[in-house]
Amino acid sequence: MAYDKFNILTSTAVPLPIENVDTDQIIPARFLKATERVGFGDNLFRDWRYNADNTQKKDFVLNNPIYSGKILVGGKNFGSGSSREHAAWAVYDYGFRCVVSSFFADIFKNNCLNIGVLPVQVSPEFAEKIFTAIIANPKTELEINLPDQAITLLSTGEKETFVISPYKKDNMINGFDDIDYLQSIKGEIEEFAENLPL
Amino acid sequence: MSKTLFDKVWDTHVVRKIEGGPDVLFIDRHLIHEVTSPVAFLGLKSRGISVLYPDRTFATADHNTPTINQHLPVADPLSANQLDALESNSKEYGISYWGLGHQKNGIVHVVGPEYGITQPGATIVCGDSHTSTHGAFGAIAFGIGTSEVEMVLATQCIMQPKPKKMRINVNGKLGIGVTPKDVALFIISKLTTSGATGYFVEYAGDVFENMSMEGRMTVCNLSIEMGARGGMIAPDETTINYVKGREFSPKGEAWDRALAYYKTLKTDADAVFDKELTFDGSSIEPMITYGTNPGMGMGISHEIPDAAHVEGGAATYEKSLNYMGFHEGDSMLGKPVDFVFVGSCTNGRIEDFRAFTSLVKGKHKAENVTAWLVPGSHIVEAQIKEEGLLDILTEAGFALRQPGCSACLAMNDDKVPAGKYAVSTSNRNFEGRQGPGSRTMLASPLVAAAAAITGVVTDPRTLIEELV
Repeated sequence: MAYDKFNILTSTAVPLPIENVDTDQIIPARFLKATERVGFGDNLFRDWRYNADNTQKKDFVLNNPIYSGKILVGGKNFGSGSSREHAAWAVYDYGFRCVVSSFFADIFKNNCLNIGVLPVQVSPEFAEKIFTAIIANPKTELEINLPDQAITLLSTGEKETFVISPYKKDNMINGFDDIDYLQSIKGEIEEFAENLPL
Repeated sequence: MSKTLFDKVWDTHVVRKIEGGPDVLFIDRHLIHEVTSPVAFLGLKSRGISVLYPDRTFATADHNTPTINQHLPVADPLSANQLDALESNSKEYGISYWGLGHQKNGIVHVVGPEYGITQPGATIVCGDSHTSTHGAFGAIAFGIGTSEVEMVLATQCIMQPKPKKMRINVNGKLGIGVTPKDVALFIISKLTTSGATGYFVEYAGDVFENMSMEGRMTVCNLSIEMGARGGMIAPDETTINYVKGREFSPKGEAWDRALAYYKTLKTDADAVFDKELTFDGSSIEPMITYGTNPGMGMGISHEIPDAAHVEGGAATYEKSLNYMGFHEGDSMLGKPVDFVFVGSCTNGRIEDFRAFTSLVKGKHKAENVTAWLVPGSHIVEAQIKEEGLLDILTEAGFALRQPGCSACLAMNDDKVPAGKYAVSTSNRNFEGRQGPGSRTMLASPLVAAAAAITGVVTDPRTLIEELV
C-alpha cells in the first residue's frame, strides 16, 4: 500500500528530551482496540498529555502552543518496548512525518519506515544542539533532506548526515512498501519454500 | 566459514539478499492475536490479495480476553469487536483459530510451544515483541509490526537487515531462591533497556544448559527488554524431549529429518560474535525492579542507586523514581504491596505456579494484597489442578483465574488502580503498563509469593530458610 512520498521536509519541531520513551507511553494499551487504522493521533502520549479527567496536563510539550511542526525530536532510546505499530500510527496521525533521536529501538524504527515516517538518528551532540536551539527559539526550523541523507539546523546551518539503507530510502522517496516488492518475487518465494528443512 | 547458531538458522531462511538493503527472510511459523492483526487483514483486502500459506499461521485470542467468566459474552464492546474480527478473518482465510473458550486458547507464547508449533531452527514471528520467547528452542523468533504481519500473511516473508550477534554467557551455580527470571532481570540491569538494541542474543553457559524449557522461555522472553530483537539457546536433549510428540511437531520420517537438522543447531567452536559478555551465576540474587523500565532492577537486598550510577539522564531518572514514589538510597525490602500478579508469557507456565505455591504452602495471603494468579493456557490450568497446587493455593487464600495476558498490559478488566503498587511476574514496569497510574515492581514468582503472604516486599530466601 503506497504511503506518502518523502523528499525534503522543512519544519519546526517539537522537543521531548526524555530518554527511554517506550511505546506504552506513545500509545497506551487500552487504546489499541480499534480494528481500523484511524484516530490514533488523539491518544498519542495520552497519559502524559491528559489527566484522568481528560483535562490537559499543561506542562506537557504537546499541550504547549509555542511548539509545533512535523518533526518530533525525542531523547535516547526512543520507542522501546512493545512492537505495537499503533505507536508509529499515532505519531503519523498526530501529524509528524519525521522522528529525530540519538538512538532508536529497533522495532519502532522499522515500523516507522514501513508506514512512511522517517526515523533520523543523529549523534548525541547534535541531538543536544537541536534541543537547545528549539527550546531557545521554538520557531527554529530543521531541514530533513532524504535524497542527501542530511539533517540541518537552519538557524545555524549546522548539518549532520544520517544512515538509511538504499532500499528503504528508495521506498520512502517513491512511497513504495515492502509488500509491493515481496509480491513481485512471489514465484521465487514459493520455490524456496519447497526446499526448507522444516 | 564458522557460523553461530543464529547465522545457521538465519542463512537457511534467506530467500534473497538485496544489495544495500534488507534480507528477504522466509518465516516458517506465524502467530497472530486479536490486537495487531485486524489492520493487516484490512490491508490484504484493500490490495485484493490472499494468505499465501494459511497452514503456517495460527491465531489465538489473548490480549483482550477476560480472565473470569470466559463462558459469558465479552462485555467491553471494543474488545468483543477485536475478538470477532480475529475469528472472522481466521475463518475467511482458512487459518487455525483458537478463540476464547477453545481448549487450545491461551497466551500466544505459551500455547505455541505447548502444541509443538515452536520448533528448533525455525523462523517464528508474531505481532508481539515477546515472540522472543520461542528462541528458547533454538528458533529465530521476534516481534514484528502490523505492516509486517500483513507481509507474512501475503508472502510468508519479511524484509529485515541481519542483526549483529551477541553472546551472553552465565556460568556457575545459582543460589537458593534464584530463578530464571532473576537471571534475566540481572542481565537486563547490567545491559540497560537499550544495551542489546541491534543485536540478536545467544545465551550460553551451564546456567542455561541446566534450565528447564520453561526457564529458558522466561529468559528468552525478556530479551526484548534489553533492546535485543530476540534471544536464543542451542537445542539439546532437554529441548528435543520437550518438542517430541507434540501435536504440530514433525512425525515419522519428517521427525527423523527434523532431528538431523536440530543436531546441526549449535555455534561452531571458532565462530565470532560482535559482542560477548560473561557473568557469574552465583553472584545473582533474587531481583526486583524499582523504576519504570525493566533495566531498573537490582538485587532485592540492595538499595536504590543514585542517579550518578545509572544510565539515562538525571531528569529521566528523577521522573521515573517520582512516578514510583521511591527515592535514591531506599531499601526495597518492606515497601508496601497492594497487588500481586502471577502470569503472562514471561511467568505463566507450570513451573512458575509450582514455585509460587511452594512458598505460600501452609501460609496465608496477606489481607492488604489482591492477588491475581493467571495461568498462561488451559494446559497450565489443568496441570495446576492435577498436581494438587490449586488445593494448596485455595487453602492459602488464593484463587485461580482463566488464561490470558491479563494484568501484564491491562487491556481487559485486570487493572491495577492509579497509585497502587503491584509485584508482578510479567515483563514491563513502564508507566501505566498495568493500568493508568499503576506502579509495577517486576520480580520472580518466588518474590511475588513472598510479597503476597507478607504484604510487603520481602526477600523470599528468608521464607525458604524458615522452611528448611
